[in-house]
Amino acid sequence: MDQRDVVIVGAGQGGAQVAAALRREHYTGSIALIGDEPEFPYERPPLSKDYLAGDKPFEQLLLRPRDFWAGHEIDLRLGQRVVSVNPQAHRIRTSEGAEIEYGTLVWAAGASPRRLPCERDVLAGVHVVRTRADIDRVMAELPQVRRVVVIGGGYIGLEAAAVLTKLGKAVTVVEAQTRVLARVAGEALSRFYEAQHRRHGVDLKLGALVDHLTSRDGKVTAVGLADGSELPADLVIVGIGVVPATSPLADAGLECRNGVKVDEYCRTALPDVYALGDCAAHINRFAAGSAPIRLESVQNANDQATVVAQCIIGKPAPYAALPWFWSDQYDLHLKTVGLSTGHDDAVVRGDLDSGTFSVVYLKQGRVIALDCVNVMRDFVQGKNLVRAGAVIDREALADGGTPLKTLAAAAA
Amino acid sequence: MGTLYVETREGDQIDLQAEPGQSLMETMRAGGVEEILALCGGTCSCSTCHVYVEPEDFSRLGPMKDDENDLLDGSDHRGPTSRLSCQIRYREELADLHVKIAPED
Repeated sequence: MDQRDVVIVGAGQGGAQVAAALRREHYTGSIALIGDEPEFPYERPPLSKDYLAGDKPFEQLLLRPRDFWAGHEIDLRLGQRVVSVNPQAHRIRTSEGAEIEYGTLVWAAGASPRRLPCERDVLAGVHVVRTRADIDRVMAELPQVRRVVVIGGGYIGLEAAAVLTKLGKAVTVVEAQTRVLARVAGEALSRFYEAQHRRHGVDLKLGALVDHLTSRDGKVTAVGLADGSELPADLVIVGIGVVPATSPLADAGLECRNGVKVDEYCRTALPDVYALGDCAAHINRFAAGSAPIRLESVQNANDQATVVAQCIIGKPAPYAALPWFWSDQYDLHLKTVGLSTGHDDAVVRGDLDSGTFSVVYLKQGRVIALDCVNVMRDFVQGKNLVRAGAVIDREALADGGTPLKTLAAAAA
Repeated sequence: MGTLYVETREGDQIDLQAEPGQSLMETMRAGGVEEILALCGGTCSCSTCHVYVEPEDFSRLGPMKDDENDLLDGSDHRGPTSRLSCQIRYREELADLHVKIAPED
């Protein structure tokens, strides 16, 4: 049987980074990196942005040159899914039936796109946004597409809507909540993005529930809403969140309600099994409550990968990284720092209408997060405020003319 | 095509062929400069592609945008010739450019 000192499941941002970080730290054990896609490890964020727009070729998405993996004695196994984990025997099994014995298992399998409850059959023209293959399928259909319905007004859906609008498609966004970005941002930011999308010609349906997909000859033709209306569609994008890819871990006895539970060293409850990235429910010191959370971001995947690599080489340091995130839509560059969930107050800095402003989120008077639209300076200087949990007067925060670092110095 | 001379944090020299239109970050990442993480993929959102440009070469690059300047302000290792390599598109006038990878923040 094959045997590897470290077996990494998932060759996305997090898994790839564990392997690369181990080699950078001169780790000499054997490493297998198993990915279920046929692609070499690549960046996902451009899939809903530059790659979909046709502005960036796939080669530029590769995290490392193709010869990096073999060159660093990383046994990269692509197109293979890990279907079961035997924690007693320290073994995993792949979809092809291959078994590998591990010294340490790193679960970085990510998540799969949530599908609509009404999607009973596979319909042509209905897509998700997760992999290169997903986007290649969308792009192949685009020349024949005039009307697009995007289901879900989160970042993925809105980014896709922005690109497709720019490509000349008639786009409708259907959101079940009463505002876009409801799960991740405050109301001011939601309303701003709604106005921007409408200005670019996107038809937004808020508080709208999808009831069914209408099809003809196995191809989608419309999205039917609960209020009885039908939105004609040549192409549908479903962007309603993800389901963490943890079932083999749950089968192995781990608690996986919304992600697999890990401690501050990304250790699961099973010996020698770590988990990280989209699928890891972790304690985050920047989260408002004490409950475990999942973060779907490059920052989280990368920084947790570093935590795991440090543990494996025997220099453990707990996960304490400041969350950050970005989203590009039209000419709007959003940078987020901290986690705004659970805020009890929000202050707008600068002028919302100008498209250059920040929203500062507070909880019990302390700064917990910022959403910065086309204001890099606030993003950079706001990091220290979030790290310190700074208490700053609302009026001072609202004055976009006073740099945040001045306020931070005054508060210190 | 032109040569981009890269010095790593550990002092190794790597010479790369740069193509017009590519960013220096893309050239370095594709060329196997492992210290270039470029977490945000070149969208000017992190600063993990931070380099020091050889002082004699610095003026050849032209001015940087405010966003890049502000982002560099967040680095503990900013120097007088700091740049984010994702924000520099290679063009013929930049032939034989020398850069050094800045320390990790």
